[in-house]
Amino acid sequence: MSTEARKPPLQIALKIRRLLGGKAGWNGVAVQFAFAAVLGWIAYEIISNARANLENQHIAAGFGFLANNAGFDVNQTLISYTGSDTFLRVFVVGLLNTLVVSAVGIVFATVIGFIVALCRLSPNWLVSRIGEIYVELIRNQPLLFQILFWYLAVLAALPNPRQSISLLGIAFISNRGLVIPQPIGQAGLEPFLAALAFGVVAALGLRIHARRALFLRGQMIHIWPYVLGLVIGLPLVTMLVFGLPITVQLPQLKGFNFAGGARVIPEFVALALALSTYTAAFIAEIVRAGIQSVHKGQMEAGSSLGLSRGTTLRLIVVPQAMRVIVPPLTNQYLNLTKNSSLAVAIGYPDLVSVWAGTSLSQTGQAIEIITMTMGVYLLISLVTSGVMSVYGWRLNRSLGA
Amino acid sequence: MKRVTLAFSLALAVGLSAQAADAQTLKTIKDRGTLSCGVSQGLPGFSSPDDKGNWTGLDVDVCRAIAAAIFNDPTKITFVPTSAKDRFTALQSGQIDVLSRNTTWTISRDTSLGANFTGVTYYDGQGFMVKKSLKVNSALELNSASVCVQTGTTTEQNLADYFKANNMKYEVIAFGTNDETVKAYEAGRCDVFTTDQSGLYSNRLKLANPNDHMVLPEIISKEPLGPMVRHGDDQWFDIVKWTLFAMITAEELGVTSKNVDEKAKMENPELKRVLGTDGNFGEQLGLTKDWVIRIVKAVGNYGEVFDRNVGAGSPLAINRGLNNLWNKGGLQYAPPIR
Amino acid sequence: MTDIMASSFVRRDLVAERPAPVKTTGFVGLLRTRLFNSPTNILLTIVSALLLWFTIIPSIRFLIVDAVWSGNDRGACLAENAGFTVGACWPYIQAKLPQLIYGFYPEAERWRVNLALILAAALLLPLLIPRLPVKGLNASLFFFAFPVVAFFLLHGGGISGFGLSWTAGLLELFDDSIVSAGHVLLSLSKTSAIAPLLWVVGNLIVLVGIAIRWLIYPLTWLRDQLQGTGQSVWVDFAITTAFVSLIAFVLGGGIRTGWRALASSIATFVAIAMVIKLMGLDHGGLPIVATNLWGGLLVTLVVSVTGIVTSLPIGIALALGRRASIPLIRIFSIAFIEFWRGVPLITVLFFATYMLPLFLPGNFTVDGLVRALIGIALFTGAYQAENVRGGLAAIPRGQNEAAAALGLSWWKTTSLIVLPQALRHVIPNLVNSFISLFKDTSLVSIVALFDLLGSLRASFSDPKWSTPSTAFTGFAFAGIIYFIFCFGMSRYSLFVERRLNIHRRN
Repeated sequence: MSTEARKPPLQIALKIRRLLGGKAGWNGVAVQFAFAAVLGWIAYEIISNARANLENQHIAAGFGFLANNAGFDVNQTLISYTGSDTFLRVFVVGLLNTLVVSAVGIVFATVIGFIVALCRLSPNWLVSRIGEIYVELIRNQPLLFQILFWYLAVLAALPNPRQSISLLGIAFISNRGLVIPQPIGQAGLEPFLAALAFGVVAALGLRIHARRALFLRGQMIHIWPYVLGLVIGLPLVTMLVFGLPITVQLPQLKGFNFAGGARVIPEFVALALALSTYTAAFIAEIVRAGIQSVHKGQMEAGSSLGLSRGTTLRLIVVPQAMRVIVPPLTNQYLNLTKNSSLAVAIGYPDLVSVWAGTSLSQTGQAIEIITMTMGVYLLISLVTSGVMSVYGWRLNRSLGA
Repeated sequence: MKRVTLAFSLALAVGLSAQAADAQTLKTIKDRGTLSCGVSQGLPGFSSPDDKGNWTGLDVDVCRAIAAAIFNDPTKITFVPTSAKDRFTALQSGQIDVLSRNTTWTISRDTSLGANFTGVTYYDGQGFMVKKSLKVNSALELNSASVCVQTGTTTEQNLADYFKANNMKYEVIAFGTNDETVKAYEAGRCDVFTTDQSGLYSNRLKLANPNDHMVLPEIISKEPLGPMVRHGDDQWFDIVKWTLFAMITAEELGVTSKNVDEKAKMENPELKRVLGTDGNFGEQLGLTKDWVIRIVKAVGNYGEVFDRNVGAGSPLAINRGLNNLWNKGGLQYAPPIR
Repeated sequence: MTDIMASSFVRRDLVAERPAPVKTTGFVGLLRTRLFNSPTNILLTIVSALLLWFTIIPSIRFLIVDAVWSGNDRGACLAENAGFTVGACWPYIQAKLPQLIYGFYPEAERWRVNLALILAAALLLPLLIPRLPVKGLNASLFFFAFPVVAFFLLHGGGISGFGLSWTAGLLELFDDSIVSAGHVLLSLSKTSAIAPLLWVVGNLIVLVGIAIRWLIYPLTWLRDQLQGTGQSVWVDFAITTAFVSLIAFVLGGGIRTGWRALASSIATFVAIAMVIKLMGLDHGGLPIVATNLWGGLLVTLVVSVTGIVTSLPIGIALALGRRASIPLIRIFSIAFIEFWRGVPLITVLFFATYMLPLFLPGNFTVDGLVRALIGIALFTGAYQAENVRGGLAAIPRGQNEAAAALGLSWWKTTSLIVLPQALRHVIPNLVNSFISLFKDTSLVSIVALFDLLGSLRASFSDPKWSTPSTAFTGFAFAGIIYFIFCFGMSRYSLFVERRLNIHRRN
């Protein structure tokens, strides 16, 4: 006969104490009360001061101004906007401008970062030195300095539109920015896009099928002729049937500026350039650390299996390195997005510039506007870190399994 | 209701803080020993510092006149450079006692910003500056131009209105400070620079080759510029307002910094009233009897100030125009001191 | 024996010398193994060499060969006057150097800036060199004494009282706040539904306030008497010294062991007295230089040093708070840290510039520089908190348990056992944060403070020096300064890291 273990006493009081006061017990509860009192007092002071100040200074409160007429123009808008639109629309315009410059910056930063990382890891002495110089030079200068450098020194040194540098006669660079031909959709655009989408989807399906065949039955299927036919041939056929999907409008010098063509404003160019080169230096270090974190033996094992250096990298090293790389890489993307707020220094109409800058000084409603601005960035970073913790959790689960 | 504890602990923590009382600006200034005057970050002719940090200009002289009226010493001033964006905050928070910074008088600023305009030191209007090489003679030829403008100003909104009213397209490029805007215009980022016309003349001097640029004739807005004070202190409002009127009255009566002492001895009843030998208007303001003499001695009358800083006697060489006295075809008119 | 010797399979002649293995060291070896060992590598080497050729040569030409070295205005740096394509325009830097370093700091007072910088260097360098002794004294001088001295040196001004007056003033204000809160409740009680309750509570609070007023009356009375005498600062100082030293003596263990505490307390006060006397703080101190006159490198350094000094305690407090088991404190710390880390610094500066003034009483303004400093301290503090947390997490539980076994309290465990080890672990991370703080100080130029970058930008708009190469020259100059500071710090962090890891490698 074995005696059953005695049940521990319930200890409800202890549990409550623990819940309310942590390890410090009732002392902790007391500390919390004092802390809450201080916080409450500060909050009270802040609110009553703010209310008194707003009243004294006759500043309106509340979000009613969002529906008012903004009355000023913005020089880069992704959605239609004129001076007679509302402040809410200004907010959206600014937010979209922030997102677009961040997206472009992220793409270029990743590309440049990986290239620089490969340079630094290269067995070639000179190439690795160049990678190192790049990283040290860029990392040790403030980002704002680099943005201003590109904007005030480099882009300002470009000629005016009438003497702009022509790239093969279709694109022009001047101190007003980069003018590129603008594609204009024609009647054939929709069938063309539909055909292209269908081709891509079908090709992906084929690929999945081929992989399954390879893994399950060991059967090699060459799918590339079909893929080629689907992705290129099908759209070509629709083009023959429905006519050209787009025509290209070439920019022409007219009056002060170029007429026709799409224009990328120099503020955007300077900001995207500085953001991507700056972040690239950090990404390069992350990628390098990630690749170096993979044990040398993995590479050697790969070559002993007869895999080429490229295949080993692609199939063995990179997937393992990605686990180390992805979290800090996401962090850098987040940093880049936050850093895009430096646009305000060069007048690129991002969220901070048109919203916390222009709109703030036109309405004077600092509390609402700055809260909204901070809220947007906070939301972006909270969502990103949420996604990253889900990723980390899945990674841990797959490693544990 | 005083809420000083939090602020005091903060102030103690940070060490740097200035205090300004709600309704006793004059007393605060006297206790502090200097007048805190908000000016621009550098606009030649209106307010700009030289290499050694000495401020000159029309707006600066208005402040000097106030300081002279209070302390009999036009140097007892702290100049606080403010940007277009933070100028009102600085005034509201009491960091400055008076904002004398080419600021346009509008109803919304008078009412919703909690500030009062005390008068007009300069009647201005928004204009355009272009490079001569563009061969543009009128603002109506500016269709599809790029326009540089300082953000957070009425200028930005006037611009939108003007181009819309005339059915022209344009590209706006907005910058945070005046210098950045001028620099961008000079670097060729835009074809046109727009701000108040006085500002155009003054900014033209900042360009490397001022003669390559011209100011277009159109004026697209009314921009009466003047000093501002906070709501809620009527005595201080009166002092700033009447300092300005005193300068204009002095010009009207022909009192200048050179002849003020002789004029004070003259037996003209109006002169006696104004210069304080008769009546006690200065004391009613909270100043001294000889306040006008102090002002005129320190900076001169309005005409002298205008000429020295922006008019014929300055590199800007702006015509008096609207800013002439009312009896000489302009708009400057002071209520009587009696 | 002999036939073996003679047998034919023993070789008679020496094997011919093999050629030496390909040299893999030295310059030639480097060329062979790392630059020209395969066709791809040869191609890469050539491309990189070309790249270097087309970047370094023009840079050197711009900075040195084609540069103009002397002149009085832009005329000297224009191609048509110089007679060649002009590179850097160094006379422009020469002319603007005072502005880039001091801003508009009055010329007669600039020795104060220089002195402050020298003091900072004299205190900081020994702190950074691990071999030098008296780190504790050195650190406390740098983190506590130096900021105060530097404030009075740079800003000027004096003091009108000392410990006694300050305590009295603070208590008085605290008391005022309590009484006024009571009055608010009383006035609310006239309209509220729970009027009697409010009335009682309000009167109670007012009573407490009045009681406190009587309690602190001796203190305020003494202060008022002191203000009457001519030497109020010194009398106050003497009283404070006596009081604090006595407390130190008693807390230090009284007659048996308290002498040491007494001596160090008196020594500290003597040092403070010397500083007060030397700087004349008792009668007004140095002339006040308002912060809007500060500029250039001075502001950059003031902002970054203040950020470094203030962010570390904030960071430590938040990191400890985040690990605390008390729920409210933990939640608050987490929210605080994540909030500041989630928003860009520039919005924090906008917050400090435009929103903070609204939160303060209407009759109070905080200096523009201080507003920015508050923003930067909170922002950097949150980042430092995460660094410190990393260090705390690296301390094995055993350390805590050992401390508990010795009967040490939480404060003693934390301050004597955990924090010293944790901080040492994270020095490289802390230094890296300082590098980004130093770089981020450039953002204050957006909220109208003229740091190095802001002053540089302002100097571009001077028509006297407007030439095609002005901007490039200015950026080259500022870039070199920033690079020296940041690169120096990053090398230092590497050095510390290597030093910390010595035991792990062998």
